[in-house]
Amino acid sequence: MLQNSDVASVKSQSDERRERYLSAFRWMMLARVFEEKLASLYRGGKVIGGVFLSKGQEALSAALGTALRKGDIYAPLIRDSAGRFAFGETLLEAARTCVGSRLGPMRGREGNIHRGRPRDGYYAMISHLGVMVSTVAGGLIARRFKGVNDVVGATCIGDGGTSTGSFHEGLNMAAVEKLPLVVVVANNQYAYSTPTSKQYACADLIDRAIGYGVRGYKIDGTDPQACFDTVGEAVERARAGEGPQMVVADLLRLVGHGEHDDAHYVNHALKVSPIGRDCLDVARAQITAAEWMTASELDTLREQMQAEVEATFATALRDPLPDPNLEDWRALSTKSLAEGNA
Amino acid sequence: MAITYLEAIREAQAKLLADDPRVFIYGQDVGSFGGAFKATKGLAKEFPGRVLDSPISEDAQVGLAIGAALEGMRPIVEMQFADFSTCGLNQIINHAATMFWRTNVKCPIVVRLPCGGTAGAGPFHSQSMEALYAHYPGLIVLNPATVEDAYSMLIAAVAIDDPVVFCEHKYLYYHLKADSLPTEALPVGKARVARPGRDATIVAYSAMVHEALACAEELATDGWEIEVVDLRSVKPLDTDTILGSVARTGRLLAVGEAFPWGGVTAEVVARVATEGFSLLDAPPMRLNAKDTPVPYHPNLWGTHRPTARAIIGAMRELLQA
Repeated sequence: MLQNSDVASVKSQSDERRERYLSAFRWMMLARVFEEKLASLYRGGKVIGGVFLSKGQEALSAALGTALRKGDIYAPLIRDSAGRFAFGETLLEAARTCVGSRLGPMRGREGNIHRGRPRDGYYAMISHLGVMVSTVAGGLIARRFKGVNDVVGATCIGDGGTSTGSFHEGLNMAAVEKLPLVVVVANNQYAYSTPTSKQYACADLIDRAIGYGVRGYKIDGTDPQACFDTVGEAVERARAGEGPQMVVADLLRLVGHGEHDDAHYVNHALKVSPIGRDCLDVARAQITAAEWMTASELDTLREQMQAEVEATFATALRDPLPDPNLEDWRALSTKSLAEGNA
Repeated sequence: MAITYLEAIREAQAKLLADDPRVFIYGQDVGSFGGAFKATKGLAKEFPGRVLDSPISEDAQVGLAIGAALEGMRPIVEMQFADFSTCGLNQIINHAATMFWRTNVKCPIVVRLPCGGTAGAGPFHSQSMEALYAHYPGLIVLNPATVEDAYSMLIAAVAIDDPVVFCEHKYLYYHLKADSLPTEALPVGKARVARPGRDATIVAYSAMVHEALACAEELATDGWEIEVVDLRSVKPLDTDTILGSVARTGRLLAVGEAFPWGGVTAEVVARVATEGFSLLDAPPMRLNAKDTPVPYHPNLWGTHRPTARAIIGAMRELLQA
């Protein structure tokens, strides 16, 4: 599981890098614990709608969430629980959205991974892949108009999402405008059931970076240290005014597209290949090998998180549900211009 | 000094840029070139850095506007032709239109669509898109028919906290002139009685208002008094003004330049039939473009869309019903 180079890369850490590693690792573990509970509730019929898990992608997601800071713009995609928590989303608002609470930020009008708080720079994705690239670029244009320069906008996408026209238009436009945009591509080998061989014909997705005129980075998405370092560098270069950055991480989705999907189509050879590693196991091995935490300390941390997640869902599940009689059924903020309902 | 419909749109944008630092314009060729129709002529020079040329990427144009609006800006997106807005349709109907309802954060963007037919423009530079956008919750759809409305409704559109699809008619760009820009205007969402009458009502909008007025003028020589209602806004649709007119006349002809299936004229007839059936002395009528793509040659185009002549024919039928 752990390769010698993995240990070497973490052994020689400065205190600052170690703290960043451990901080990101906590979000990875929290995401895993949260999602395990979510899957359990889904199987118990307590979750309305689909459940989409990020197992195997937590390191990459946490890398971006921790590299961003307050005031930045973040548009996560469906496998970004770790990044969302790292960017400031609370467990309670995530849980509330997933169980359809009226008290959550989406108030039962939207569910699961479509949550966000745009007012805080945490954009709420729509299902149509690629559109958030230009939207984050627009947020960054606004900051430019306001004279705010020390800012980064970031969004995540998968290998399938890179095939959309929207992705192409957005990244090309951001490059033309030289915006501080970071696009993180989780190449998890399958878009639902479609393998990458049916998704693109270039040798590697990273080859596209040069076509857009943006800096590209290729990383092993199962190696937490590589994720933290490289995504961190991409964010800092964007912040320094070097224009859009594109990170492509190779990894494997270790679950189905959603919990309804048994992922029987995943090639076994990929599961036993290096990208089939579980980044959380790699992190655990790196941490214990570097003697930052003991195995028992890691177990204790996980138990604490499990207790916190249990308590959070217990609260969310007691929340009031959306009530059609209290809903105003108007899609406009300008109430005087809203049409009646025939 | 006469001012055209197109100049009114340019002047409205100049005023918006001058008055509100949150406003910027994003579109293809809108910068130093001044836009395909010159609706932004001189604005890039007058307002440096605020009139930005975009790549040919309608989806990204609207996406950028949405992001900027979330951060407090008031973007105006110019589509080069309304027809091309279908390439940005997803961002408009699924992203901008759903934003407030989903997230409780406002998305005040204005998307300008140079729409409608002109002779020789053909299938992809002539379409009227208002019915498509009006169908979706969360959008406001405006169709100014006069120089005054082109000016005042564009200014009003930018002030609205919701996404607005602003359908400006290319045929009116140069044909329509006014003596001066207006200093006051009807509020958005209110229709206007463009010509009072008592024998029948024509409900029209955009360029069709002028065809309807020409019809009313012609029939007046036979003694008929035709009332013409200019919708101004197709969403919201001012049902009260429509019903008020039909209450006076008892007869309704809804005229639109768009394709016949569904659409604004169907909505007008549906509302009168469901909310004002007893006001009608005859079955309501609709007149639309034909159910084919918009033809290129003027001989065909002049028949594809409703004209004053076609409206007169329909109206004589309605008056005898």
